[in-house]
Amino acid sequence: MKRLVALAGTLMLLMVSCLAHADLTIEITKGNDQAMPIAVVPFKTDDPSVPEDVAQVISDDLEHSGQFAPLSRSNLIAQPGSGEQINYRDWRMVKSNYLVVGHVQQEGNGYRISYELHDVYGEKRMLGEYVEGSRDQLRARAHYIADQIFEKITGIRGAFQTRIAYVTARGVENNQHFALYVADQDGHNTQQVLTSNQPILSPAWSPDGQKLAYVSFESGRPAIYVQQLSSGKRVKLTSFKGINGAPAWSPDGRKMAMALSKDGTPDIYVMDIASRNLQRLTNSASINTEPDFSPDGRSILFTSDRSGQPQLYQMDIGGNQPKRLTFTGSYNAGGHYAPDGKSAYMVTRTDKGFQIARQDFDTGRVTVLTDTRWDEAPAIAPNGTMVVYATQQGARGVLGAVSADGRSSFVLPSPEGNVREPSWSPFLN
Amino acid sequence: MQFTTYAKTMAAALSLAVVAGCSSGGGTQDGSDASGMNSGNAGASSQGMNSGRGASGQNMNAQVPDVRTIYFDFDKDTIRPEFESVLNQHAAYLQANPGTNVVLEGHADERGTREYNLALGERRANSVKQYLTIQGVPASQIEVVSYGEERPAVEGHSEQAYSQNRRVVFDY
Repeated sequence: MKRLVALAGTLMLLMVSCLAHADLTIEITKGNDQAMPIAVVPFKTDDPSVPEDVAQVISDDLEHSGQFAPLSRSNLIAQPGSGEQINYRDWRMVKSNYLVVGHVQQEGNGYRISYELHDVYGEKRMLGEYVEGSRDQLRARAHYIADQIFEKITGIRGAFQTRIAYVTARGVENNQHFALYVADQDGHNTQQVLTSNQPILSPAWSPDGQKLAYVSFESGRPAIYVQQLSSGKRVKLTSFKGINGAPAWSPDGRKMAMALSKDGTPDIYVMDIASRNLQRLTNSASINTEPDFSPDGRSILFTSDRSGQPQLYQMDIGGNQPKRLTFTGSYNAGGHYAPDGKSAYMVTRTDKGFQIARQDFDTGRVTVLTDTRWDEAPAIAPNGTMVVYATQQGARGVLGAVSADGRSSFVLPSPEGNVREPSWSPFLN
Repeated sequence: MQFTTYAKTMAAALSLAVVAGCSSGGGTQDGSDASGMNSGNAGASSQGMNSGRGASGQNMNAQVPDVRTIYFDFDKDTIRPEFESVLNQHAAYLQANPGTNVVLEGHADERGTREYNLALGERRANSVKQYLTIQGVPASQIEVVSYGEERPAVEGHSEQAYSQNRRVVFDY
């Protein structure tokens, strides 16, 4: 009987979980006055029923990178649909460095999108190609085009085809509801991964972008799970006595670093996922948690309060030669390497509260990137240009984003619940 | 008591998490989820046993002490003197009822990172566990679970809210 009740409850929740979840949106809180002006002309089409405004998706992506300032549509001086219709002088008058034109045609069951990127001052075409996709793939194709434009102009690989995982929470004490989602980096195309009335935290993408590791309390105790996103299939990786926390993948996807308190206080362990063999890397009476593998797989960054307050340390993957990295301020925790391995992002305590900061390894210099009070959980885009993090807006938890140069910042409001614990996927294309 | 047992079972059943794989048209569920039910049942059955003893009316330690939450100072795990009498009552109750187990739930306020706060919550619950074992309670009757900042008693960003959230709860 009890099992039946449980099963019925589960099925009910499962059906609910497949309903669409409201997407996050992106609002600009601080613009970059050095952003490059670019004009993205609405793509021409003979078919008024095209379900996505492809040029708008491209323009939004470029704007949300903080590196581009797309002209508003009311300032577009002409509406060319292809290269031969462009009068470069028009676009120099409105001071646009670059121009994107294109058109969308129905083709079979899907669409063909042609686009061109032009250098207004050099008066030449920089890019031109067409891509095809079904109705459901139009946004993805627009993100692809934004990636090509971004890379052609900046020389940096675009990250507009990536995704973000995050956790939502509602309620207090014993009456709470948690959910784990993944969405496109622009907040659209939300998909629910897990729901529970027990805490969910610390999602981490596998390096191949196929799986999420996370901590769930659904059994009444914390445990680390690894879930395949396409099928929903998952395994419980650890459920030792005490804390099972802070899962972090090795760059080759074969190992998982984690914090376990099974032998007393929380220490850093590395598990070989195939064999489940565990290696203990720290051994002290203090707190050791929040491990992160360096991009070259040779070092692990972690938080320890062995000095009396939480600070970031680095050790080799054998647990040898631990070295304290942070000396500025009384609280530095939750460190993540930048994708180039040359700096770390972290949560730092200042006289204003908790902010996201970056410390360069070569110079030791610390740059505080955010200026709100309750900022935590930095997640770095795989191209290193943007950091998404958890913050507060009024009484609610929301995601914020800041460009790595600190010049642009954004907030991603959600229509429901508190949003937290972001994790940025690797490149997925 | 009957209702409490039922409620606990329901709560355990509902604590099953739901895995979604909507894009492929369905999700699978991990069989290990059933452990949530087991822990709920275990908690409920030990309570039933205590009420049996209480009904005989012999033992002044038959009732679970009323005060089941104690509070901590910021970034501290030391037991505040005003809560020692509460802990002494729980120690006496646990010693008088050797078949009873308790889960000490450790909690932190929201400041700082979530994983670090899990560790802080555990440190507080361990501090209570150590106090109880010094009073003579066998460690085997005590389990520590830290929720960190994940299950606040009170929402909000005031010191008032924080002081209510830095706590250890006795869950029998």
